[in-house]
Amino acid sequence: MSRFAPLLRTSWRLARSCGRASRSFASSPDIAVHPNIGRFSSELDLQFISRFDEPFLTFRVMDENGNILDPSLEPDVSKEKCQRMYKTMVELNVTDSILYQAQRQGRLSFYMTNYGEEATHIGSAAALEDEDVVFGQYREAGVLLWRGYSMQEMCDQCVGNRDDSNKGRMMPVHYGSKRHNFHTISSPLATQLPQAAGAAYAMKLQGRQACVVCYFGDGAASEGDFHGALNFASTLDCPVIFFCRNNGYAISTPIREQYRGDGIAVRGVSYNIRTARCDGNDVWAVHKIMDEARKIAISQKVPVLIEAMTYRGGNHSTSDDASRYRGNDEVSSWKLSNNPLARMRMFMEKKNWWDDQQETALRESARTAIVQVCNFSFSLLLSLLLFFPPPLHHKVPASLKEQEETLLEHLKEFGSHYPTVN
Amino acid sequence: MNLVGAINNALHIALDTDPTAILLGEDVGFGGVFRAAVDLQEKFGKSRVFNTPLCEQGIAGFAVGLASEGSTAIAEIQFADYIFPAFDQIVNEAAKYRFRSGGQFDCGKLTIRTPYGAVGHGGLYHSQSPEAYFTHTPGLRVIVPRSPYQAKGLLLSSIRCPDPVIFFEPKALYRASKELVPVSDYEISLFNADVVMEGSDITVIGYGAQLGVLEKACKKAREELNISTEIIDLRSLLPWDKETVCKSVMKTGRCVISHEAPLTSGFGAELAASIQKECFLSLEAPIERVCGYDTPFPLSHEKFYVPDYLKCFAAIRRCIQF
Repeated sequence: MSRFAPLLRTSWRLARSCGRASRSFASSPDIAVHPNIGRFSSELDLQFISRFDEPFLTFRVMDENGNILDPSLEPDVSKEKCQRMYKTMVELNVTDSILYQAQRQGRLSFYMTNYGEEATHIGSAAALEDEDVVFGQYREAGVLLWRGYSMQEMCDQCVGNRDDSNKGRMMPVHYGSKRHNFHTISSPLATQLPQAAGAAYAMKLQGRQACVVCYFGDGAASEGDFHGALNFASTLDCPVIFFCRNNGYAISTPIREQYRGDGIAVRGVSYNIRTARCDGNDVWAVHKIMDEARKIAISQKVPVLIEAMTYRGGNHSTSDDASRYRGNDEVSSWKLSNNPLARMRMFMEKKNWWDDQQETALRESARTAIVQVCNFSFSLLLSLLLFFPPPLHHKVPASLKEQEETLLEHLKEFGSHYPTVN
Repeated sequence: MNLVGAINNALHIALDTDPTAILLGEDVGFGGVFRAAVDLQEKFGKSRVFNTPLCEQGIAGFAVGLASEGSTAIAEIQFADYIFPAFDQIVNEAAKYRFRSGGQFDCGKLTIRTPYGAVGHGGLYHSQSPEAYFTHTPGLRVIVPRSPYQAKGLLLSSIRCPDPVIFFEPKALYRASKELVPVSDYEISLFNADVVMEGSDITVIGYGAQLGVLEKACKKAREELNISTEIIDLRSLLPWDKETVCKSVMKTGRCVISHEAPLTSGFGAELAASIQKECFLSLEAPIERVCGYDTPFPLSHEKFYVPDYLKCFAAIRRCIQF
């Protein structure tokens, strides 16, 4: 067997770039090395290599001005779907600005914006079906919005009030919704990756014609869970799509200090996982790559890795000040030249699917809606009954009942010192 | 039937009665290094009983994912000493899955089996008893069986329990402990401690392999000092049956607790603190703890390190003579 064979098997048409084509290697016959490992090709010219001769290419459909790069890549979507996609991107953008301000005003404890990554959310989510199961990291709110999670649900979660589907147990932006097949976000990074592989395996055994999509960042890909997950998904043939949002930063750490290889994509190939990279600010490239990945995952029952190259337009979170580690020039040049919303809008304007009037109306109505639902969320109180008894164990143990009684007894005397509940 | 046979028998029943049940772990395919999974792959197929890559965090995370989407996940960590790479997945993920989602999602169908404890020649990394790391984690159940009959019933209950369970198997007893075990399907409650022997002078509390040690110590105390001991097997450490324990200590007024894990912050500390609060006026002597020392588990000096029956006997005597 040629030593190229494993590489060629994993490549697909969106990413044919991976190979060592220019390297010469000896043509001496294969030799058996180990009865279990199999045969190796001989090489008489000893070389240590650290990278493939060609980098992973980046799949693109649309340029920075909204022009489709090749007629064959013209997106196969209706005007209505396209407008809905754009509308969701704008709603996400507006929601971010309002909730960010709410945190700055002290009304929310914490928030994380999605600026710059709107195309990775909406482009990918729009290629999925509702029965596909999503495991997110924390910066994928657009996926939920696309699935029909309402702004009200979003605000209730961020406030942690009595209507919060997580019952006030998680920090803001740790959304989760059974109804939308979106597992509740967990703060530890990359823990969702092996879980996504396991969930996909369970779904395969149950005969569900659906896949799991697991989002994570370039920083999370340094965690051990990333490597375990890819290896498990590969060896156990799990229909899971690992979607890396490579936005250039893990809080303050830039990617050149995060890894030295050819991004995250090259790691997929080493696990024999079908892998492709795309322009993450090109909503149509993301949509196409996800559409193809889903077909592979479901029809072949195997994992796929996608690396979407994007840019984190905002701070990591409201606890972060990105101006301490990156220049304003960098951020403003991204805003001018590569903003995913602007690119999508230009695409639509060229088709006469969108104009300034519609833009103004959409932003106005989104702003009004989010302010309204926010105010309602803030008006709701926390419910103590949701804290005790907690759905912690299936059956509440006696020790926990005792502890509940202790708290209630304590509140009888000191209740005025604690938050108001109802 | 010996203890490993009882585990194997329970796994057969679990896989047979639940078509969504999956058994996974390192070397599980050929029957497992301790043979607990023997014949299971042949009977239930490679899609339900399979080897995983050598990665404990992967096993735990994968199993959490299986359980979160409707499969019954039975995961094996080959030795409890190697559970620590999976610690984050167990403590931050499995234990909190239901709580953090407000009950929308859970991984209650997860059971992690792992052999623990001294075997005579295991040294630092094949002897540990890490149960207390997990009993400090709300959201988990921690179960430790003492015998083949108990192991089978408790394992079946654990697998079917809608909470994630860490099931510690006393590997020293895998082949050493034998008793009559029904081949039929049966479960043992995960809520109740077991009063193994009734007595009136002193309460002796333990779990897992330490029960055998305590029984031997109590026999010596009875024969040589005419002491009537009440022996309690906790079986479930999280949650634990405070009612049964405190009822016994209020009756006897004396208490010895023993486990192989090191003394400091061991599960005995939790027991002692709760017992003194509940039974303060009944206590006739300080509560004794006979545990491993606060050093890593040694190799050549294992016999000195373990809380053997003589150390337990001496503690019972001290407690009685106080």
